[in-house]
Amino acid sequence: MKKSSTSVQELPGAAADRPVPPPAWQPRTDPAPLLPDPAPYRALGTDAVAAADPGLLLRLYGELVRGRRYNAQATALTKQGRLAVYPSSTGQEACEVAAALVLREQDWLFPSYRDTLAAVARGLDPVQALTLLRGDWHTGYDPYEHRIAPLSTPLATQLPHAVGLAHAARLKGDDVVALAMVGDGGTSEGDFHEALNFAAVWQAPVVFLVQNNGFAISVPLAKQTAAPSLAHKAVGYGMPGRLVDGNDALAVYTVLRDAFTRAVRGEGPTLIEAVTYRIEAHTNADDATRYRSGGEVETWRAHDPIRLLEHELTERGILDEDGVREAAEAAETMAARLRDRMNAEPVLDPMDLFTHVYADQTSQLREQAEQLRAELAAAAGEGPGEVR
Amino acid sequence: MTTVAVKPATMAQALQRALRDAMAEDPSVHVLGEDVGTLGGVFRITDGLAAEFGDDRCTDTPLAEAGILGTAVGMAMYGLRPVVEMQFDAFAYPSFEQLISHVAKMRNRTRGAMPLPITVRVPYGGGIGGVEHHSDSSEAYYMATPGLHVVTPATVDDAYGLLRAAIASDDPVVFLEPKRLYWSKASWSPDDPAPVEPIGRAVVRRRGNSATLITYGPSLPVCLEAAEAARAEGWDLEVVDLRSLVPFDDATVADSVRRTGRAVVVHESTGFGGPGGEIAARVTERCFHHLEAPVLRVAGFDIPYPPPMLERHHLPGVDRVLDAVARLQWEAES
Repeated sequence: MKKSSTSVQELPGAAADRPVPPPAWQPRTDPAPLLPDPAPYRALGTDAVAAADPGLLLRLYGELVRGRRYNAQATALTKQGRLAVYPSSTGQEACEVAAALVLREQDWLFPSYRDTLAAVARGLDPVQALTLLRGDWHTGYDPYEHRIAPLSTPLATQLPHAVGLAHAARLKGDDVVALAMVGDGGTSEGDFHEALNFAAVWQAPVVFLVQNNGFAISVPLAKQTAAPSLAHKAVGYGMPGRLVDGNDALAVYTVLRDAFTRAVRGEGPTLIEAVTYRIEAHTNADDATRYRSGGEVETWRAHDPIRLLEHELTERGILDEDGVREAAEAAETMAARLRDRMNAEPVLDPMDLFTHVYADQTSQLREQAEQLRAELAAAAGEGPGEVR
Repeated sequence: MTTVAVKPATMAQALQRALRDAMAEDPSVHVLGEDVGTLGGVFRITDGLAAEFGDDRCTDTPLAEAGILGTAVGMAMYGLRPVVEMQFDAFAYPSFEQLISHVAKMRNRTRGAMPLPITVRVPYGGGIGGVEHHSDSSEAYYMATPGLHVVTPATVDDAYGLLRAAIASDDPVVFLEPKRLYWSKASWSPDDPAPVEPIGRAVVRRRGNSATLITYGPSLPVCLEAAEAARAEGWDLEVVDLRSLVPFDDATVADSVRRTGRAVVVHESTGFGGPGGEIAARVTERCFHHLEAPVLRVAGFDIPYPPPMLERHHLPGVDRVLDAVARLQWEAES
């Protein structure tokens, strides 16, 4: 500024108070490479299948089948009163499974409440994954065991956590990528914006996976955003946006893997929009017939992630009837085991409610714990002051 | 015992030194916030930290309070010990969802597996001529959230000691810094700081036997001044500095009120729904048979914090404290 105004003053004949043009402007990042493709990327039905590892394809298939059965079983458990609520990912299994399989041992998963399947596919015990949804007071698992952050219910609030964790890992020199999962509704939240902005500024090794399943409970995407696509939002933050067919498991896996590769190389975050569909209602407490047509659901059922992959693998001779049957049997075994374990009456100790509020219990909580203990003892007919 | 040259230091200097010492001792301590790096913070509390420890340890973040605290959560998940600066009391409000839904609850909902040792520093309160949104007493919002510690220093010594204790705590601590005391001075040597006490202990700042003034943070100097002035009226006032609003030191407060038989709670925060109501209830529940008068409150009015030109009418001052003391039913004694 100072220099240019001096030079203007030095121009022969220039008035001393003549305004000067601003410093030359140019975009800070070339937006072109950040833009998503015009249509969602598909791998199934293309040469990408032949290039893919058959072992990976079969693993994706097996996890999809198991995942569908897990969704069905969890939904059934709500009807039996064994789960307080279940937000099903039926129809979205390709995203859930691909997310889990792309993670390396040291990477972190940041699931939303609809992503228990991703956690289970990563290796978490399904009973632990469903603990909160069962109506218990805690998340059910130690986040450090499988590097799965606690399920987040407030929408998009887990995204800045993923950014902070990935940033911290990078500061420590650790090769860790954080995968943050969110839905289309969550992209309207302020935390989505702040997380993407921080991630891009810090070039944090984070991958954001948006499952655009069409609805935020009842509200369709058109009422959520006027953006060309959710993937386009990435450009505003200076990170690449990628659009993928969320029902094509190989496509989701491939796009995620590419984003992970970028993150590991220190090239920063990526935003991925996976276009999919929520086949079930928002939860068992929701009635989807109030806001969408059965015809729309049927259209998406025809683009079912399991049918897509099964058809492709069968056509190519990678999967045979035995393979299909084995996958179904393995899923049934998982479901039967989950059913049996969830049918066992859970034992909750009300006194635990006071144990972990602080590292050291406050005198106030000690008093209140004693009050509840006495109430429990009285209710058990043991008289006040007795331990349960 | 060696004699250390003790010079006057400000609360701001003690806070800066606490951050510096914590960062020097523990490489997992990271400072992040708006303008905390090159500028050293708008109140200069982080002055010199970026130069000494680098931008990765003292980081200028994007201007987004939920993002600052939200990323601090992730950093704490990975074993760091973030110290977050909210620039002003009212600017911390965008971070409340992170604070309430995650910071305060994470230890509990993971059964202790994932504690979040985060310190959230918040300059708070009025009296510095700040325009709107720069003078809120926001302590009641934090106090109402189980899982948080809420502390506030009123002296230079405590500024250092409590901040060190907050950073060392494995629980999240909301550290409320009384803005108008930033430049208050006391004889204090950074090379010979008082031993760090655990969080949660109130302290009697002035012994007396007529009545107890219960206060904290920016109102402590007001209460001490009122106690001196009260001598002319024949009242010998005790002054309790809470230092920690959560956990609350019932024992120290109740012990004092049982001895004096009268109590006034003094704070800048609004009276309705403010900390004073909780404190008065706790005192009454514990000291009822020792009380000679109802527990009174001297608080800010129940109005949005007034502008600089009028704030003197809002802030509890010496006269208002003495007026309350005068209403403690002394006639019953004569």
